[in-house]
Amino acid sequence: MSPPRIVVTGMGWITPLGHDLDTVWKRLVTSSSGMAKTTRFSAGTFPTSFSAEVRDYDVAKFVADPSAHASAGLNSQFALGAAAQAWKQAGLDRSCARDMRRVGMYLGAGEGVLDSDNFVAVNLASWDAGAGKTQGKVWIREALARMSALREIEQEPNMPLAHLAREFGIRGPSYNCLTACAASTQAIGEAVDILRRGDTDVMLAGGTHTMIHLLGVTGFNRLTALSTSGSDPTTASRPFSADRDGFVMGEGSGMVILETLDHARARGAKPLAEVTGYGSSADAFRITDIQPDGRGAAAAMLGALRQAGIDPHVMRGANRGPIDYISAHGTGTKENDSIETRAVKRVFGEGARNIPMSSIKSMMGHLIAAAGAVEFISCVLSIERGMLLPTINLNKPDPALDLDYVPNHARPAQIDICLSNSFGFGGQNDTVVIRRFEE
Amino acid sequence: MSQAKRSVVVTGIGPVCGFGVGAKLFWDGLTSGATCIAPVVRFDASEFPCSVAAFITDEQLDILTQVPRSYRKATKVMARDIEIAVAAAAAAVASAGLTTRGTAEGQPPTISPDRVGAHIGAGLIAAEINELTAAFVTSRHEDGTFDYGQWGTSGMQNLTPLWLLKYLPNMLACHVTIIHDCQGPSNTITCGEVSAALSIGESMRAIQRGAADACLSGGAESKINPMGLLRQHFAKRTALVPAGSDGTEVVRPFTRDAPGTVLGEGGGILVLEAAETARARGAVPLARVAGFAAGHCACADTLGIDLSAAGGDVAAVLRAALADAQISPDEIDVIVPLGAAIPSSDSAEREAILEVFGARAATIPLITLVPAIGNCGAGASALAAIAAVLCLHSQTIPARRNGDGATDLDAGAAPSRSGSFKYCAVLSLSLGGQVAAIVLGRDS
Repeated sequence: MSPPRIVVTGMGWITPLGHDLDTVWKRLVTSSSGMAKTTRFSAGTFPTSFSAEVRDYDVAKFVADPSAHASAGLNSQFALGAAAQAWKQAGLDRSCARDMRRVGMYLGAGEGVLDSDNFVAVNLASWDAGAGKTQGKVWIREALARMSALREIEQEPNMPLAHLAREFGIRGPSYNCLTACAASTQAIGEAVDILRRGDTDVMLAGGTHTMIHLLGVTGFNRLTALSTSGSDPTTASRPFSADRDGFVMGEGSGMVILETLDHARARGAKPLAEVTGYGSSADAFRITDIQPDGRGAAAAMLGALRQAGIDPHVMRGANRGPIDYISAHGTGTKENDSIETRAVKRVFGEGARNIPMSSIKSMMGHLIAAAGAVEFISCVLSIERGMLLPTINLNKPDPALDLDYVPNHARPAQIDICLSNSFGFGGQNDTVVIRRFEE
Repeated sequence: MSQAKRSVVVTGIGPVCGFGVGAKLFWDGLTSGATCIAPVVRFDASEFPCSVAAFITDEQLDILTQVPRSYRKATKVMARDIEIAVAAAAAAVASAGLTTRGTAEGQPPTISPDRVGAHIGAGLIAAEINELTAAFVTSRHEDGTFDYGQWGTSGMQNLTPLWLLKYLPNMLACHVTIIHDCQGPSNTITCGEVSAALSIGESMRAIQRGAADACLSGGAESKINPMGLLRQHFAKRTALVPAGSDGTEVVRPFTRDAPGTVLGEGGGILVLEAAETARARGAVPLARVAGFAAGHCACADTLGIDLSAAGGDVAAVLRAALADAQISPDEIDVIVPLGAAIPSSDSAEREAILEVFGARAATIPLITLVPAIGNCGAGASALAAIAAVLCLHSQTIPARRNGDGATDLDAGAAPSRSGSFKYCAVLSLSLGGQVAAIVLGRDS
């Protein structure tokens, strides 16, 4: 018996470009940017004072009982909205008897937002300049007085799972992984593996994250990973362009419902796409740099292609390469974009030039742990709607980067097989293969 | 499935906790009935209702001795959690008799690097507050409040450029995979106390499906810092320790009047391997990973702080792990629960054990670790799995502390004893409501 086929039956996202599938899609195909001045905290003097924020979002519109989620941090709020859309599209909201122990979750959710104002105030109040350290007694007294218990607990990275379990009654396997920028692609891949094994019938998978806060932006600015060209934030994210200077922080969530084809059929759910491959690897190279040959990234892509039964060197006819599209990790850092390009060439050889590869991070920003999930959804929509999404702000071609990055404008195309890449700071690499569903 | 699942065995173990680094210190400490719990000395924690913890001293863990010479510089960007994982991995790899880039640079590795994975659970790593505050104070208004403008312009320059990398949870796996050159599937699971158990389950699946032949698997965490202790206090998990108490008698798992838990720092890495490739290289398995299952519990509150309603779901996961191992409840000889002595968590575990094992429940010995090594968070279930492996391998149950008055279960204080143990169940339950169970079998 071959392992079960795994299909996508529901999707939802909360992103800087909107809070539903269609609105965001329209903005993606029209090359819109979600970047603007940061408003979540006073970032005006920071090296990077702009980001792609989720705007005008109200989680109460998405959940049955908002009071059950009153303490939810932004990450859990985004997760609830995205998951509610996916749950509904999959038809899981319609009442019918279901063994909820056969419904699981696998998220790549980031930690909650630090209560920066109070955290800083507690530390400053307890600082002993003479000793060069904080005084424990004062720190504890200040912390107990100023900080909120629930707000602190909400920062634990498994709290989005807790909110989703409460909202949907999920009792199956429940995981959160946090492999930096690779997390939600990894979550989707591992969810597929759990379904293939037969441990569950349905998995809610995806990611949620925001690092648009004092220490998040400080940390990435110190690493010089963020774009600092803020005169016009809408042009700051420039993946694959010669003048790219770093990524732009985004925030939000993407969630999908995955299930075995048999289960989807039995309940009359419509498959939106099939997930046929997943590959995961580690660079095992250096903490600060990507393996320069793209060895780790290539290993993840090759693993996913192998599981999907795709030979990267075999054409599907005169003008069709082995796959139709690559959703790039494409952060817009010098290093990522050149090494990802190298890795794709390593996998597909000369044929790489004929495979369109774009980065929606140029429009949506980098949703960090949630990036892979929103990019996965964009792949399914691209298959469904026959449109390649663009890499915007690609105005200065980099001579070393010679693939088809779908510059600046969306382009109609027949898309049946997509590959979606996510690579994490620290060297974890994940790739999934998404295919048009055919009976 | 077109082919039978590959059998998975444990060939190496690397525990790190208040008893020190490595299996010998861990097992000697546990069997002697000692405890590592003592008043916190790393900072003045006396204003916390719980100011005791089980911690690792600098003498016990000098990170410079745990990494290859060429990797010493990188220890500067290791949070405590990372140091523990790195030390645990070194001990595990040595215990498994593996040659890696980390044990002998330039030598051919025992297992091809692309066939070695790493699944290492992690917690929410707390930033070192003295380092941060020394930078914050450069950006203060005259009235003492924080000046965001000044911080953005220049204050943040006082933090080392790599500051963020000390605190990303995936840096445990990052350092371990670099040191030992593990290029296979790699993950960082962050689900509180269940993190390591879920990681072991994921390694098992990766090996079963053929994506790897061996994995370094487990987890590590230290909450022995102000933010770590604060959050557990806020979650009502830590015990109120009476004035004058040294804390050694505070943790009383499964007793009616348990006041709560005491935090530990620690973790463990296990080397999991496909049985066939392990035997082919001449390794002697310490135990077999026979079954695994996971789930999410019904919780009284949204965040899973109150776990008192979770018993039925914990039981379901335990039964699913037994089914995965293809054994009946009657075949379980030992249980290693979380046993954190947090009343609602203990109650869920007790209820599940009673439901699954029925009349036998009171006679199955429990190994309770928290009275000895504290609740080690994301490292807890790795240390529990290692205790199970050592129990099966040595056919010995370690001593138990402080459990007198434990209700319905065999969890009272007792000295170490030998016996005949074939299968051991490891149970884990998190703040947040995740649950996982692992069944380990004696390799024979």
